[in-house]
Amino acid sequence: MCLVEIEKMPPRPQVACGMPVSDGMVVHTDTEMVRKGRRGVMEFLLINHPLDCPICDQGGECDLQDEAVSYGRDYSRYDEAKRAVAQPDWGPLVKATMTRCIHCTRCVRFTAEVAGVAELGATFRGESTQIGTYVQKALSSELSGNIIDLCPVGALTSKPYAFTARPWELRKTDSIDVLDAVGANIRVDARGAEVLRILPRINDEVNEEWLGDKSRFSVDGLKRRRLDRPWLRENGKLRPASWDEVFEVITARMKSVAPGRLGAIAGDQCDVESLLALKQFFTALGSPNIDCRQDGAVFDSSCRSFYLFNSTIAGIDEADALLIIGSNPRHEAPVLNARIRKRWLAGGFTAGLIGMPNQLTYPVEQVGAGSGAIKALLEGTAPFANILAAAKKPVIILGAGMLARPDGAAIHSAAWQLALKYNMLNAEWHGFNVLHHAAARVGALDIGFVPGEAGKATVQMLSGGVDVLWLQAADELDIAAIGKETFVIYQGHHGDAGAARADVILPGCAYTEKDGTYVNTEGRVQYSAMAVKPPGDAREDWRIIRALSAYMGYALPYDTLSELRAHLAVLYPIFSVENGFHRFAGTSITAPAGDMTAMDDAPLTAVFPNYYQTDSISRASPTMAACIAAHVPAAAEAAE
Amino acid sequence: MSAQVEVQTFSFDSISQEAVAKAVALYPPGKQMSAVKALLDIAQRQMARLTGVAWVPQAAMDAIARHLGVAPIRVYENATFYTMFNTKPVGKYHLQVCTTTPCWLRGSDDIVNACRSATGIASFGQTSEDGLFTLTEVECLGACVNAPILQINDDYYEDLDAVRIEKLLDGLKTGGALPPAGSTIGRQTSAPIANQTTLLPANGQAE
Ligand code: SF4
Ligand code: FES
Repeated sequence: MCLVEIEKMPPRPQVACGMPVSDGMVVHTDTEMVRKGRRGVMEFLLINHPLDCPICDQGGECDLQDEAVSYGRDYSRYDEAKRAVAQPDWGPLVKATMTRCIHCTRCVRFTAEVAGVAELGATFRGESTQIGTYVQKALSSELSGNIIDLCPVGALTSKPYAFTARPWELRKTDSIDVLDAVGANIRVDARGAEVLRILPRINDEVNEEWLGDKSRFSVDGLKRRRLDRPWLRENGKLRPASWDEVFEVITARMKSVAPGRLGAIAGDQCDVESLLALKQFFTALGSPNIDCRQDGAVFDSSCRSFYLFNSTIAGIDEADALLIIGSNPRHEAPVLNARIRKRWLAGGFTAGLIGMPNQLTYPVEQVGAGSGAIKALLEGTAPFANILAAAKKPVIILGAGMLARPDGAAIHSAAWQLALKYNMLNAEWHGFNVLHHAAARVGALDIGFVPGEAGKATVQMLSGGVDVLWLQAADELDIAAIGKETFVIYQGHHGDAGAARADVILPGCAYTEKDGTYVNTEGRVQYSAMAVKPPGDAREDWRIIRALSAYMGYALPYDTLSELRAHLAVLYPIFSVENGFHRFAGTSITAPAGDMTAMDDAPLTAVFPNYYQTDSISRASPTMAACIAAHVPAAAEAAE
Repeated sequence: MSAQVEVQTFSFDSISQEAVAKAVALYPPGKQMSAVKALLDIAQRQMARLTGVAWVPQAAMDAIARHLGVAPIRVYENATFYTMFNTKPVGKYHLQVCTTTPCWLRGSDDIVNACRSATGIASFGQTSEDGLFTLTEVECLGACVNAPILQINDDYYEDLDAVRIEKLLDGLKTGGALPPAGSTIGRQTSAPIANQTTLLPANGQAE
């Protein structure tokens, strides 16, 4: 379809995609000859393509359809039998209708080259060519959904979204993904009050054009198990209540205990606005007990570069050696993992891993399983030390899950020392990277959502350390450890672990329902946007806190989102620039506090046992549950 | 022979292993993938040697993928692309009839029909009830000069007609061995059937 006419070339259509550009070339893209040539190609393409656009999900956003509008003829000259192919099963995410396939092999190339999981291929030949897995199996890549976007026709469509909507019915909102900490740029497509699908937007510095399957397919979790009205626990049972009622109960409770017995823990998907409101509310109440590290991590976060992905995601392209410590980037940030693979494919790049071996999409040298390997590298005795020493721009990726270990601070400081020793910190380069998996974490650390002076951290707040515990959409903590007598206020959007333990539930918004600020793992400030209204009585989270603060007589100094954002920008200048972001140099920084000798040698196991269900939204998603059923037992079997 | 024996495991035997090592050694380090077709052939021959049925089960393709360190799908792609590799079991004698234009002009339709009636096979891709024959349609075998051509296992039978096909297949059915390959009318290689007609000496007479 890319035929063009080029002056001073033989008088026939030339294939543009295969023609090297040369000096003084004059190319015509729309002449009679070009049109005629394209019409011919179109006719060939349509010979074996079914004319089932009315029942095809690609209709309205199909490249072939668009081309046919320009170059197709209005009747077919083809009388012979059309090719038809049995419909294969590629698992719960991708619906393959291979009769529509035009054999462009984009999906084959994507899975083999970008995703790094070669499962698709072109089998048989000529008219019988089939794109597929040959042996029936579900696609196992965490990036498999991207082939739906890639496929120029309706051969690959989204299985959960099948027959749901037409593209022209959808309201499109540009937003940010919060199911991992990469902050992939997304477009949220909604109709009425329902989010129907999520697609990636291109941002070459963050997600390029890709999106992980969890971020794409968890949408059906957004309308299940929702908290759509306030709830109150009475005689051990939750009952629906009104906003006034719950505010009254909360006020009475909070005022009845000493400020030092109040605590707040923030979850993994909170926007910076609601975190700031909550922090200031607690400051007003006089309590220093706030913590955004629901996993119990305690480490030195006094300096921004201690907890950021400092080389930046795009910076991976420049790195020439990588040491992964206790992380499985394939599960914790699949899009970032694809970037590492891209770097590896370009050549001149070696990766090493300290932690439990896992299947990454590029070869890694297993340096060791426990912190002993870190020590060996610090002493320079591990063979991988030579690779790091010889590298010009080496990077470390430290999994945020490691910071939650009892010896987290020790690992943190040891990793920093490694960065120092192997010249990762200099004026041109900052190779110390923490890979977060919680979208809210960096923003929360940026505004200091950590215990104030003599304040209690997560672990102390649990097990009866406080009398009133405010869980800001925090579900991934050890709920059972919360003291029996502790009064739990849960503010959030899903009826998950936190809500089940709560005494009062304040219904908030999921990320698709509010305008929120998020800071990704590399410190990039980005904004999500409201795509649909929150369900029922649910309200934007910062407004709930603002309203309660006024109710209790400590009114916070902002009434609108723009006032709140202005306030935020004044307090924390990084929020003052739209999409604020800058890259750090690795110089003149003191090392994080932490006693390296305290490392114990337990294996550094990555945080997520599986990729598909890691937060309240994906846990509510039937599609993600189907992925677990399709993939996780298989993985368990393989491990045996 | 039962038509659909599933083969669960496959490993190269000592004869094959030697051939595999030779084939892989032909390619520079890192390019072992290039040996995939040779290995498929070795696997198919091993199956013929050990089970009497020349085909490549999936287990063999997986073993080849492991041996070469490539994704199994890359081996499946190769095995299904070439008609020389049988991804399903075939009969003891694999009848591969060429039906491309030169053979067709020289009567390949008769050859196909004769094969059918002699073996009782209804259509291409099937195996006869006695498990002796599988009939496959193939593209030009590159022996058009002596068309029509029938390839049985590795050998070409040339200059065929229905009568000679029947005789040939009847012989095989009664347990006879494969006759010598080549022209069935005594033609010397690809020389003209009758006399020399080109490159004649000056007197115009054949030598
Ligand atoms: S991307 Fe679509 S059209 Fe192209 S080969 Fe794959 S299934 Fe076929
Ligand atoms: S056409 Fe039959 S061998 Fe060439």
